[in-house]
Amino acid sequence: MSLKSKLHELKLKYQGKKMAPAFNAFHTFLFSPDETTHAGGTHVKSADDLKRTMNTVIMALIPVLIFSMFNAGYQHYSAINGFPADFSLMNDFLTWNNFWIGIIKVLPLVVVSYAVGLIVEFIFAVIKGHEVEEGYLVTGMLVPLIVPIDTPLWMLAVAVVFGVVIGKEVFGGTGMNILNPALTIRAFLFFAYPTWMSGDKVWVYGARERSEEILAGANVDAISGETILGYLAQNKGAEMTYSVSDMFFGFIPGSVGETSAFLILLGGLFLIFTKIASWRIMVSAVIGSLVMGLIFNQVVEFGWVAESSKFYGLMSFDFWKHLIVGGLAFGIVYMATDPVTGSQTNKGKWYYGFFIGFISVMIRVFNPAYPEGVFLAILLMNVFAPTIDHYVVRGNIKKRMNRLKNATIYPKDSDGKAEELKAETV
Amino acid sequence: MSKDIRIKKGLDIKLVGAAEQTTSKAVLSNVYAIQLSDFHGITPKMMVKQGAEVKAGEPLFYNKNMESMLFVSPVSGELIEIERGDRRRILTLKILADKTQEQFLGTAVDVENASKEELKAVLLKSGCWPFIKQRPYDVIANPDTNPKSIFISGYSSGPLQADLDYVLQGKEKELQAAITALGKLTPGKVHVSVGSGKSPLSSMKGVELHNVSGPHPAGLVGTQINQLDPINKGELVWTVTPQDLIIIGEYLLTGKFNAERTVALAGSSVKAPKYYTTKIGSEISTFLYASGVNEENFRVINGDVLTGSKSKPDGYLGFYNNTVTVIPEGDDYELFGWNKPVFNKISATRALTFSWMQPNKKYDLDTNTNGEHRAFVVTGQYEKVFPMDIFPMQLLKACMVKDLDEMEQLGLYEVAPEDFSLTEFICISKQPHQKIIREGLDLLQKEIG
Repeated sequence: MSLKSKLHELKLKYQGKKMAPAFNAFHTFLFSPDETTHAGGTHVKSADDLKRTMNTVIMALIPVLIFSMFNAGYQHYSAINGFPADFSLMNDFLTWNNFWIGIIKVLPLVVVSYAVGLIVEFIFAVIKGHEVEEGYLVTGMLVPLIVPIDTPLWMLAVAVVFGVVIGKEVFGGTGMNILNPALTIRAFLFFAYPTWMSGDKVWVYGARERSEEILAGANVDAISGETILGYLAQNKGAEMTYSVSDMFFGFIPGSVGETSAFLILLGGLFLIFTKIASWRIMVSAVIGSLVMGLIFNQVVEFGWVAESSKFYGLMSFDFWKHLIVGGLAFGIVYMATDPVTGSQTNKGKWYYGFFIGFISVMIRVFNPAYPEGVFLAILLMNVFAPTIDHYVVRGNIKKRMNRLKNATIYPKDSDGKAEELKAETV
Repeated sequence: MSKDIRIKKGLDIKLVGAAEQTTSKAVLSNVYAIQLSDFHGITPKMMVKQGAEVKAGEPLFYNKNMESMLFVSPVSGELIEIERGDRRRILTLKILADKTQEQFLGTAVDVENASKEELKAVLLKSGCWPFIKQRPYDVIANPDTNPKSIFISGYSSGPLQADLDYVLQGKEKELQAAITALGKLTPGKVHVSVGSGKSPLSSMKGVELHNVSGPHPAGLVGTQINQLDPINKGELVWTVTPQDLIIIGEYLLTGKFNAERTVALAGSSVKAPKYYTTKIGSEISTFLYASGVNEENFRVINGDVLTGSKSKPDGYLGFYNNTVTVIPEGDDYELFGWNKPVFNKISATRALTFSWMQPNKKYDLDTNTNGEHRAFVVTGQYEKVFPMDIFPMQLLKACMVKDLDEMEQLGLYEVAPEDFSLTEFICISKQPHQKIIREGLDLLQKEIG
């Protein structure tokens, strides 16, 4: 008996039972279902389903993940041995040693994120008797990419449980949530364990251990894993040795997957090409961040901010470079475009995206504790997205109302002579 | 000057098995059936008893809410069965056809000089009135009302639909008579849209003629109404399909209700897809097996693949249908169907689906849903195939939560379920859009009327 018919028999056996959603999740993962269209609807359906959609986003994330695994090692060894003088991609970056650090540091984050998140999803599906929804396939991949590399696994597990339950399931599951679950997880980590999420010791594997050794009296050099934004926030931009191409291609410290603007750009183009993510949000968010960056640059230009000001470093940072450092690019491409929590109308997407870019750079510059604002900006706009949509939809309704003033309503025949009437204004 | 309609948003679903433009006469059916599900919202009151002999065009039942609205038999014969469902609701009336057909004779009308009241009375009595539908609500028109305009779409853009330019050939006289009559029923205009100058409808007098172009749903009458003269709250628009105009016109000219109709038999499961002349209510098998079927596991659809209703080989041709589509059933699993590249199915995205590379390829789609039902997740997809100035997802959600104010304000008055057939086709969450809209319309009609 073939696997197909065996599984079909099992499916019939589980039908109506409590564990059916759990079984179906595995079954539909292997085989797309034998379900046919119902009466009263279209008899044929297009090839896309939610699994395929989510899978496309994951495909766009894979290059970023692989890069981040190499970068984890590259940052680790560079922090110990110093950055290589003649950087060669093959010899210094794409090495087995670098990748090994990725395997022991990044992969566990991915595994924990998926394992914990999917267990929560399965439990809710079984309790509530609905199918296991695909939303977490993407969330589970995003989470390890937006946390610092030294995030303890138990911390991640706690945050994932919080994010999935409070961020999504209490609202009814995939499609019903108000806040992006991955960012809810990130925000939980940030506010619950701030010392593990900011500072200069969390971005490079080994930095924290080394500083603990130093505290214990060991005679070794401290590892500095400061991010570019960290340098700038302390007005130490001049000490930074990263070139623009380092920033663009991503050979810099930062959250696990956020560093390579280049691969994120490719992922974004792929998502736009496949028509999965909204180009409107991406373009407007880029515009929004550039506008805010330009405003800050002009403020510096006019001399309104003294060089001694604590905002000087970030304000004077070239406006376009905001896009290639920190998590802005990653946030714009993979998080802002979440269709559930973003604006749902095409016009609303322009406003929504613009403000994400605009506010991200604003928070980044003005946040004294932590020079990054993308996740806060997106969460804030998640909250405002329904309001934006409300006004866009009102615009459409208003148009219809205006049209109604000129409505042509003829009386019924029984009302007497048919005469053209103007409808009363409603 | 008339306004032309050009649609950019939409999607042509190109399928294998288009009907070849040759027409055969289908063998006569033994049993004919009137299916009450065709007349949405009508409660029938029988006028003849089971076992009674009726002539072709003789009334079978009337509308309980409007006694003057009669529904007639397509053929002469014996009413052999009244099939009933829950609470004795009538589902189907079956008539065993006589060997020699007898025609119930009405009175021909001088259309040019007839008054509006006269025409209405004739149409109601003849059984032709149910061909006239109204919006809002997508139901049979209320004869007491005056619509602001009447729309006739002479352009079929849907998948495998009968080519109206072909099936209307030579029927100019009947069409003109019906259109002249309809013109008297509205103080407004009669809008007729055609896809090309070849359409017999393009020579009609007393109409506003529009040329339509663009992908499906350009041919749907709802799209055309929205482009030309959208419906406001309180307004009424009537719609008639051109093939029904022929029956109306013939009655007005001769006094005979002739249920004959040219039907396209199409779809990838049909061996020799082509046109058949048959009658409303005749058994589909009378022409299905003349063309032959390719496989054992197929679905017969009364209508096209997007808006038709599920039927069987021994089902009956619907009251409004001019197309019967037969496609393979898709009740099988597909290994890794959700992530492997797809070349043989249509998709509105490019997520490892490659229909965008071959815009002219014809596809052999089956009835598989290609995925499971989910909550609305993805946004911005429907708008790409929905040419109306309406927010489709917001309207669907308003219908789902039964928010009457929102439904009204977002434009439910302007739509019929068929207008949401394309969004349903591309829906990633596999939501039943047409059903949601139908239920929304029913609720709105019940609450607001």
